[in-house]
Amino acid sequence: MALIATTADDTLPPIASPVIRFATFVRRNPTILVGAALLVALIAMALAAPWFADDPFRQMPINRLRPPSERFWFGTDQFGRDVFSRTVYGARVSLIVGLAVSGLASLIGLAIGLACGYFKGIDGVIMHVMDGIMAIPSILLAIALITLTRPGLGIVIAAIVIPEVPRIVRVVRAVVLAIRSQPYVESAVAGGTRTGKLLARHILPNTLGPLIVQATYVCASAMLIEAGLSFLGAGVPPEIPSWGNIIAQGRTFFQIAPWTIFIPGAFLAVTVLAVNMVGDGLRDRLDPRLARRM
Amino acid sequence: MSPLLEVRDLQTHFFTRDGVVRAVDGVSFELTRGETLGIVGESGCGKSVTALSILRLIAPETGRIVGGSIRFGGRELTTLSNEEMRELRGRNIAMIFQEPMTSLNPVLNIGTQIAESVVRHLRLPWRAARERAREMLELVRIADPKQRLGEYPHQLSGGMRQRVMIAIALCCNPQVLIADEPTTALDVTIQAQILDLMLDLKEKLGTAIILITHDLGIVAETCERVFVMYAGRMVEQAPIASLFAQPRHPYTRGLLRALPRADTGSDPIGARPRLTEIPGIVPALTQPIHGCAFAPRCSFAAERCRASPPPLMEAAASHLVSCWETARVAEAVA
Repeated sequence: MALIATTADDTLPPIASPVIRFATFVRRNPTILVGAALLVALIAMALAAPWFADDPFRQMPINRLRPPSERFWFGTDQFGRDVFSRTVYGARVSLIVGLAVSGLASLIGLAIGLACGYFKGIDGVIMHVMDGIMAIPSILLAIALITLTRPGLGIVIAAIVIPEVPRIVRVVRAVVLAIRSQPYVESAVAGGTRTGKLLARHILPNTLGPLIVQATYVCASAMLIEAGLSFLGAGVPPEIPSWGNIIAQGRTFFQIAPWTIFIPGAFLAVTVLAVNMVGDGLRDRLDPRLARRM
Repeated sequence: MSPLLEVRDLQTHFFTRDGVVRAVDGVSFELTRGETLGIVGESGCGKSVTALSILRLIAPETGRIVGGSIRFGGRELTTLSNEEMRELRGRNIAMIFQEPMTSLNPVLNIGTQIAESVVRHLRLPWRAARERAREMLELVRIADPKQRLGEYPHQLSGGMRQRVMIAIALCCNPQVLIADEPTTALDVTIQAQILDLMLDLKEKLGTAIILITHDLGIVAETCERVFVMYAGRMVEQAPIASLFAQPRHPYTRGLLRALPRADTGSDPIGARPRLTEIPGIVPALTQPIHGCAFAPRCSFAAERCRASPPPLMEAAASHLVSCWETARVAEAVA
């Protein structure tokens, strides 16, 4: 016995220093790192906006439609507003929408998905409802919701959450169905574990990997839908500088002032790319089996 | 002494698209305190379903207990509420499964998984439960239990995981431990260690064991009484010595003859006699079986074997057999 114990100790891998562990992590996960670095930069930019960007609402009629220059890095729009400040502030809207939608959709989707996967009685009904929601074009649903209420950031978030929930539900339900037939769930039941505890302790933790991955995709898609809605005039109120709004307002002057469209567009693309890179990286790390199937 | 667990005419059926599968069709047995009972039979004969039925773990969407009674310590289990049943599982009757590799939750450490059951059933505070978990690991002879408590299942070998499963099953001192092919997935040296451990713990804790296996060798080494199943029915039940010395049912006889033996002589060139297989296949359980289920494969089968099911008869002292032609079988063996 003592011999076994000592050899077990000896064979334990030495614990590497944090620096070395970080270096190894970087080498193995370049996608996560690049995506995360971009995201951190964007979040920092959005948070620090008041300290380095001008007032995004200030109109300077004398400086209308100026091309990018040393004074106006990204040029100005048709009201003489600084496109740089507007783009920087616009990051706030996109990030808030992305985080709020993925957070809310994950919570709601997780609850519904767990219930559907575990309780067979309600599974059929709820999954049909989810299929129904998925069949509604999300832009139309959002436009309908916004026409029924006052436009605002909260309504936009709600309007995007509703069509995104089924995507989370499907992933969570699939994982729960796979896990509930695992022998360890069976043995937990045989050990007298209560249903609530079974779900919380044995099933839920195993759904988190796929859930996090799916949440990043929902986050990216929410940012795109928000920009689309704002562009159509059905998103955040036009006075708020969101990337979709900036593009919509610059549309009429596209031919003489393309920077009013390209620059927020490029920011949107990079942000979505960064989120997707983090998502892809996490998928490879957290869920190698799913990665091969997708 | 009254039996601890008494199963009478248990019938568990599954309702499939192809019809009703009579997975367990009239099984009766008793288990006394501290006894080791073996249930043997080939794959699909209803051994595991019998075990799952005792704990009422048959998924209600697919099947249910349609008849018979299961009495445990004077309480009828088939009519217990779900909540009472949950209290009993793990506390009074515990079960360990075949697959030690997947029977532990991969995201919780070993200590938590043992302690959780202790907290659940013995209502001990978390700290005491953790201490109990350490004692249990020591009891199942895992080296360095204190360190192992914090480890996760993937850090343990198959044999160690099965030890942990045993620790979880026994941590609340259940009166009955149902072991469903506990050693099938393990290699032979580990098998012996695990069986040894189970018997040793049985002596220490006084737990009665129902050992489900298809390996008659394991039964011979560990059990006091054995019960042979075929096509959802019980064909023979006997004390171990009596069964191996004189099997009374043609199926049991066939099983024993299919077993390699060390004591049979080899011929001059050292070759051993060919093992005898049982001809035919297990009947489909979706069709009602008139008569004896084994009759189509039985060399002793007579007219009445196909006509009506044989009753359970006491062929010798506490040696029960369900066969019309048992007298002829006994003659042929002797």
